[in-house]
Amino acid sequence: MTTHTTSTAPPGHRRKPVKAGAGKANATGNRRTPGSYAVLAAVAVFVLAFLAPFIVILLNSFKTSADFRTNGSLSLPAQWNWSIIAEVWERVGFTQKLLNSIQISLGVVLIAVLLALFNAYAIGIGRIRWRTPFLIFFLGVNVLPQEGLVYPIYYLFKEMGLYDGKLGYTILVGITYSAFGTYLLSSVFAGFPRELIEAASMDGAGRWTILWRIVLPMSWPTLSVMCVFFFVWSWNEFLYPLVLLISNDNQTVPLGLSVMQGQYTSDPTAMSAAALLGIVPMVVFFLVFQRSLTRGMTAGAVK
Amino acid sequence: MAGGRRAHLDRLDNYTRLFSDADFWASFRNIAFVIVGIAVVPTLLGLFLAALLFDYIGKKHGDGFVSLFRSGLYLPQVIPVAVTGLMWGWILAPEGAVNSVLETIGLNSLAQNWLGDPDLALWMVLAVLVWMQLGYPLVLFLSGLQRIDPELYEAASLDGATWWQRFTRITVPILRPEVYVVLVTTTIAGLKVFAQIFVLTGGGPGNSTLVPAYFAYQNFFERADVGYGSAISSTITLLVLIIAGTMLTRQAREDG
Repeated sequence: MTTHTTSTAPPGHRRKPVKAGAGKANATGNRRTPGSYAVLAAVAVFVLAFLAPFIVILLNSFKTSADFRTNGSLSLPAQWNWSIIAEVWERVGFTQKLLNSIQISLGVVLIAVLLALFNAYAIGIGRIRWRTPFLIFFLGVNVLPQEGLVYPIYYLFKEMGLYDGKLGYTILVGITYSAFGTYLLSSVFAGFPRELIEAASMDGAGRWTILWRIVLPMSWPTLSVMCVFFFVWSWNEFLYPLVLLISNDNQTVPLGLSVMQGQYTSDPTAMSAAALLGIVPMVVFFLVFQRSLTRGMTAGAVK
Repeated sequence: MAGGRRAHLDRLDNYTRLFSDADFWASFRNIAFVIVGIAVVPTLLGLFLAALLFDYIGKKHGDGFVSLFRSGLYLPQVIPVAVTGLMWGWILAPEGAVNSVLETIGLNSLAQNWLGDPDLALWMVLAVLVWMQLGYPLVLFLSGLQRIDPELYEAASLDGATWWQRFTRITVPILRPEVYVVLVTTTIAGLKVFAQIFVLTGGGPGNSTLVPAYFAYQNFFERADVGYGSAISSTITLLVLIIAGTMLTRQAREDG
């Protein structure tokens, strides 16, 4: 847990890791005092309060309605009851939604990363003509609000027979994300050691060989972070699926669950069970890919 | 294609209608609140927390605590917005957790219909936005702080600088690029905010939490008023492009 605080700085700024409480520097007041424990406790309380909504959801997903009515939302469940979750799972068709979300997100990652890789290879390493205008174009695509595009896309999808289908939707989102990926990768590739590429092409390596054998392996850290990010983004996407994936069989997890809101307002335990079903997959993902997530965010934001 | 022609003729009408539409102006007033909740408050709070974690807790109690707290505060960032909305909608409901806490501690009189009261709903949306967004600046700032030479802090401490002086004279100036990035990205996100509103309040009660993106969506898909929806979404798009363009060119200039 303690290792990744040093890996986030961009390479140019990398400094020696700061060791907490490293022996000799302690003269400047790194000693623990009652005051410092008080600050630590205060921050811990703050973080716990911050996470309280998750805890409340967890507690209430396992209560029977009767238990909820008599004991309120803060008590521990009188007995842990899995049936509400099972019931909501059944009613939402959660298995199907989960499969849809996984399928769509993997497809988006594949399309976005491949396109970004090819684009950035041309822009950052191939140094094609007009590369600055191309980059500005890709940047513009990132900034353009979905809200402005959603109706034209809805209309286009209807005309093209892609409406309410996972394929068209996956391609759309994949292409959208590839704009961000292109922007990010191009700046990474711009700093790629030229000598390596020149040496390889002297040895007779073609463009494909250079891409697959040299560029790809060396940019794997950035690419893996991009994969993790695109997966989360596409999993959490809301407006496009709301408009483009309307049938039950095509909906993604967040969408399928948000539909519940209207139906269950009078059934509090079912509501929190639904929220729990939406939270768990991403919490699991977060715990597995925590490092990449925090690293990726900084890579994307501050070049 | 007949629809296209009509939209063409109505184009200016739609914009004049926009400017005299109370709902539209309400949605813009609400955007100002949203930007406070999504950009300003998380940035300020994030700066303070990042400095506290990096320059105090990390040094006195180890990086383990820093990682743990950072992960906890970042968690809302990975949950789907729609699910966050579902969760908070339930917590703030008349029978939800907040009211039940108030009841338990004997403050029944403070119990409210948090999202159903026109005077409160926008403040609740703002609070939820702060909760959702805090992790983003925090993680970014913590990584920015890695750039700081530890000797700088040590020298300042030896010269007798207080924690607050180190914060304002060292931490904040060094984090300027990150602060800028956070403000740009979150302001743009604020202008486009949609899912949170859709799931939490549906723009209501009345138009008290209406935002432009949701207003456009209503016109497109609920009222089938495509021309008017387009006028609204074109206005948002234009605004986003202007703001993003200005901020990005400014940033490019500062970078040299």
